[in-house]
Amino acid sequence: MTLKLAIRRLLFLVLVIWAASTIVFFIPRLSNRNALRERFGELARTGGFSPQDLEKIIASMQQQFGLDQPLLHQYWTYLGNIVRMDFGYSLYRYPSTVSELIAQSLPWTIGLLLVTTILSFIIGNLLGAVAAWPRAPRWLRLTATPFILLTGVPPVIMAILLIFFIGFRLKWLPLGGAYSVGIVPTWSWSFALDMLKHQILPALALIFGSVGGWVLSMRGMGITIQGEDYVNFAEHKGLTGGRIFRDYYLRNALLPQITGLALALGTVIGSAIIVEGLFGLPGIGNMLNLAIRANDFPTIYGIVLFITIAVALLMTLVEFIYPLLDPRIKNS
Amino acid sequence: MNYSNLSVAPTARAAMPPLAAKVEPVLRVSGLEVTYYTDAGRAKALDNVTFTLNPGEKLGMVGESGSGKSTMALAMMRMIKAPGRIEGGSVVVGDTDLMSLDAEGMRKARLSKIAYIPQGAMNSLNPVMRIGAQMMDAVKSHLPRESRAAIEARCKRALQSVDLDPGVFRMHPHELSGGMKQRVCIAIGILLDPQVIIADEPTSALDVVTQRQVMETIDNVKNAINAAVILIGHDMGLMAQFVDKVAVMYAGRLVEFSTVREMFTDPRHPYARALIDSLPNLDNKGVFQGIPGLAPSLLRLPSGCAFHPRCASIMDSCRSVRPEPRVLAGGRSVTCHLYDGEG
Repeated sequence: MTLKLAIRRLLFLVLVIWAASTIVFFIPRLSNRNALRERFGELARTGGFSPQDLEKIIASMQQQFGLDQPLLHQYWTYLGNIVRMDFGYSLYRYPSTVSELIAQSLPWTIGLLLVTTILSFIIGNLLGAVAAWPRAPRWLRLTATPFILLTGVPPVIMAILLIFFIGFRLKWLPLGGAYSVGIVPTWSWSFALDMLKHQILPALALIFGSVGGWVLSMRGMGITIQGEDYVNFAEHKGLTGGRIFRDYYLRNALLPQITGLALALGTVIGSAIIVEGLFGLPGIGNMLNLAIRANDFPTIYGIVLFITIAVALLMTLVEFIYPLLDPRIKNS
Repeated sequence: MNYSNLSVAPTARAAMPPLAAKVEPVLRVSGLEVTYYTDAGRAKALDNVTFTLNPGEKLGMVGESGSGKSTMALAMMRMIKAPGRIEGGSVVVGDTDLMSLDAEGMRKARLSKIAYIPQGAMNSLNPVMRIGAQMMDAVKSHLPRESRAAIEARCKRALQSVDLDPGVFRMHPHELSGGMKQRVCIAIGILLDPQVIIADEPTSALDVVTQRQVMETIDNVKNAINAAVILIGHDMGLMAQFVDKVAVMYAGRLVEFSTVREMFTDPRHPYARALIDSLPNLDNKGVFQGIPGLAPSLLRLPSGCAFHPRCASIMDSCRSVRPEPRVLAGGRSVTCHLYDGEG
């Protein structure tokens, strides 16, 4: 890995983030909705301001948020803020700042997505590899089949089915929420246990939704690799089955899957929005969902940009470690 | 290429064991049979193959595509995969019958007793592992108690014996040329001083200069460990220069087995004769004589002798009676009705 190449990659990263932030800036502005008007209109109905006062309040807030400036001017200010990673205040949850909101919700999402993505990747690829390995026991090879069938079930349906059967009918696990109502979050084992219980169903929904994809692609890859001359020669060398499976078969079949993992990281946030919404988890997906509904664009900007940067960084990371996994890739 | 100067081919002569000394054969293959159970029917890919080989001897195995050469190699390694099955016979290396070993015993026998140098050396090395690691795991799986340093030294010795720089040890396959990869495969083949080495078309993807180097490499390592070598290939010219004995396969059967000199000067089986006659010759330049017809499908073998529809010396019995291998004077073996009265 040369320095020049690293610099080129990082410049590309900056370009990606700029492009994403620009798109994200203009899209909410295409709608004619005004988040402040909606928010204060709501308050007015309950609080009883006079319409004149309401207009005055909105105008002063517009000014405070810089929304009275021309759009292009707002865009420049916005770009400057991004560079300083300052996303300002949430329109809907004022006076919370967007950074505060992200900091609150991020741990929930990272905990759920990281664990489920890694678990799905490991389970799916192992099952797929075994399903294509002719010397694996038959029962083990058949384990992959139900997961393949599950690929056809959308995560929404899967989540609803899980909530209905396991949460509602069997009452084995809570229906939703991040922890039981009325419990104050503390650093204790009982709270941790309670929280974990609430995470199981969302995790299952996410895992069931994605394992099948890994199984399918890995099985296809495995069938190709097991016919390779080097796998055959490994057997001629008198290696044990386990070693052939691990070093010759799995290691080669996994290479394209690593690329797949980088791509999956980008799409997994989409399922998080749905699953967090359905289970009422205070994660970043749910936060984004609420922000979009309220047209709270500072929050939308903050979250989308944060996700973009995170995914772009992860992909760059994968790109940097890929040559370590496959020596044929010489970073050209 | 001119075969009239065969008598002075140096390497082939020198390696011949003296006729007087009684040498115990290191490889005894007898009655080996392999059948593939395909959807279209049963194909007997190997039918009653019997031969022996002494230590230090080199056997060239020739025949058309589909005649059973590679099946023969895989059967000896017990690497026939479904839908194929070894139906009978024995392969005795030293005093071990490979067919009687269990799966774990056979795994240990591979490489240590009988080694296989693959056909497609281009893709026979794991692209993501260093050459050294691929050599060391082979040794480690047979000699688990040997120290790391000893294994490494053994691997580097093997690389040196195939004229490769020890630096290759730390390289990846994509950094090597085709000839170098083939040498690495040979080096792996000789890591544990096997008694029998099978090389399946080891030079088919290489240019003639590299071919010769690879063949000489095989020759040298063979001499160093006194192994018996089975060389599978189509190239009769290469065979003539490097082997001691020639086995001609046709439709899954061994139709002739004799010394290289007998084969090239006085082939007995009509197929072997046609094969030798089809070689270009300095005496009658420009005249090529092919063998009429095509090799039969193993699913629909002709009755009697499988070669009879193409045979120049066909007799009545050839159409109905299957010939059995017959050992003639001098120890050569022929499977043909022409020699029913002999041996």
